[in-house]
Amino acid sequence: MKYAYFPGCSLKGLGRAYEESLLPVMERLGVELVELDDWNCCGATAYMSIDEKQACVLAARNLALAEKTGPHDLITPCSACYLVLNKMKHYLKDSPEMRTVVQRALDGAGLAYGGNTPVRHPLDILVNDVGLDVIKEKVVRPLTGLKVAPYYGCQVVRPYATFDDAWNPTTMDRLLATLGAEVVPYPLKTKCCGASLTGTLPKVGLRLTYILLREAARRGADVIATICPLCQFNLDAYHDQVERRWGPVPVPTVYITQLMGLAFGLPAEQLGLNRNFVRMKPLPAAPAPAQSK
Amino acid sequence: MIQVLRTVKYEADRVRGFGREIMSVPGCEQLASCIQCGTCSGTCPLSVYMAHSPRQIMALVRADFKDEVLQSNSIWLCASCYACTVECPREIRVTDIMYALKLRAIREGAYPKRFPIPILAKEFSRMVRRKGRITETLLVMRLFMKANWRAVLGAWRQGLGLIRTGRFVILHERIKRRAELEKMLSSVENGGARPASKEVP
Repeated sequence: MKYAYFPGCSLKGLGRAYEESLLPVMERLGVELVELDDWNCCGATAYMSIDEKQACVLAARNLALAEKTGPHDLITPCSACYLVLNKMKHYLKDSPEMRTVVQRALDGAGLAYGGNTPVRHPLDILVNDVGLDVIKEKVVRPLTGLKVAPYYGCQVVRPYATFDDAWNPTTMDRLLATLGAEVVPYPLKTKCCGASLTGTLPKVGLRLTYILLREAARRGADVIATICPLCQFNLDAYHDQVERRWGPVPVPTVYITQLMGLAFGLPAEQLGLNRNFVRMKPLPAAPAPAQSK
Repeated sequence: MIQVLRTVKYEADRVRGFGREIMSVPGCEQLASCIQCGTCSGTCPLSVYMAHSPRQIMALVRADFKDEVLQSNSIWLCASCYACTVECPREIRVTDIMYALKLRAIREGAYPKRFPIPILAKEFSRMVRRKGRITETLLVMRLFMKANWRAVLGAWRQGLGLIRTGRFVILHERIKRRAELEKMLSSVENGGARPASKEVP
C-alpha cells in the first residue's frame, strides 16, 4: 500500500507529535507514505478571506504535485488541509472559469491539474484500506481499561463527510475498540474546539475548549483522542488557562496515532508523547508478555 | 447618558448591488433561496456571541445592508465549523458566504484597527506568500506585534511550555521553489471580488 503524503505546516510545527506517531504506525502496518516534494501551505481557512483565486492556486499546486508523483491517493492528516484540498477540488470541478485561471497559473511551472487524485484522511485509510482486522493483529499491548473520549472536531467530517457521518462519526470509536480501549460515549465528538479564537478572542474561544474538556472529565475519560493538530493544541496548550478560569478538568489530549503506537508496543518517547503540556499517565504495566505477534 | 439606538433600517442605508455581488462569488449562489428558517443560527456554536445571528446576516446581505454586515462582529466570530452549511435545508453554503464577507471587509478595511482576527488572516497570507509555508509560532509572534504586543506578556507561560516540549519553532519552514509559487500567485492577483465602488452594474 502506497500513498502520497501531504503533512501540512502544523505537522512540522505545533503538531509535530502527530507526524512523529503517524509515520512509525503506518510503517508498522506496511503502509508506505511518500512525502510530496516541495509541497506548500494548503491556505487553510485564513487565505480564503484574503483572495479566493490565490487560495485555489495554493491548493491546486499541491494537488498537481501529487498527480505528478504518481497514481496514488493523497493522505492528509491535518483536518484543515483535508478540508481545504477537498473543497478546492469541488470548486475547480464546479467552476470551469476558476479551472482555466488556475491551470494558466500552473502552466509556467510545468504542472497540470487533472482533478483525479483522491484526498483522504488517515482514519479513512486505516479503517477502510488497511482494515481493523489487520490493525488488531499488530496490537501487542491492548489498551485494556483505558477510557478514551473520541474527539473528531469539525473539518474532517464537515462539510465533506465522505467516509463517516457529519455529526455522529464512528471510525475512530471502532479503531479505539480494536486497540482494546474502553470508548467513552462522547456526544460532543464533532463540536467546535474554538479554532483560532482561543488566541484571537480568548473569552469566546476558551469557553468552547472548556466545554469539551469538562464533558470528557464528567464522563470519566482518562484521555481524549484527537485527529486534528489545532484541536490538540487548543485542548492541551490552553489547558492551564481553562483551569484557571473554570476549575479542574484533568484530562490530557493525544493523537489517535499515539494511542495506536502504544498499542503496537512502540516506546512512548518515540511517539511524541513527551510533547504534551498535560501528560498522559503511563499505561499500567503490561498484563503478561504473551506477545502473539 | 442614555444610549439611543435606531432599530429600524431605512431604504437609504442600503448599498444597492451588494447582495448580488456576494451571491456572484463561487459557492455563494444559493443565498437567493434562503427561507429564513434559522437553522444556521440554531446550529452555530458561536451565534450566542454574535451581534447578528447567521440568519440575520443572510437576510441583511440579501437586502443590501452592506455596512451593517461588514461592521458586524458576526463574520469574524465564524470559526469555520461548517455546522450551518451541512444543516441548511436550502443547501446554502453559509460558511463560504462568511468567507466572502470577511474578504470584502478586509479589502475595504472595514474592521477596527487592531482587531486580531483579520490581522491574523493578513499575516497568514503574507507568510505563505513569502515562505510557501506557515511557521505557527512565528505567525503568532507577528500577530501579537501587530495587534496587541501586551498579549505577549500574557502568553509567556504557553511560550515557555512550547519551548519545553520542543514545539516552539524559530526557523522558518520554507519551500524550495518560492519564486515559482510567487509567480503563480501574482498571476491571479486580485482576481476575486472587487470593492463595490469600482463595480460597474
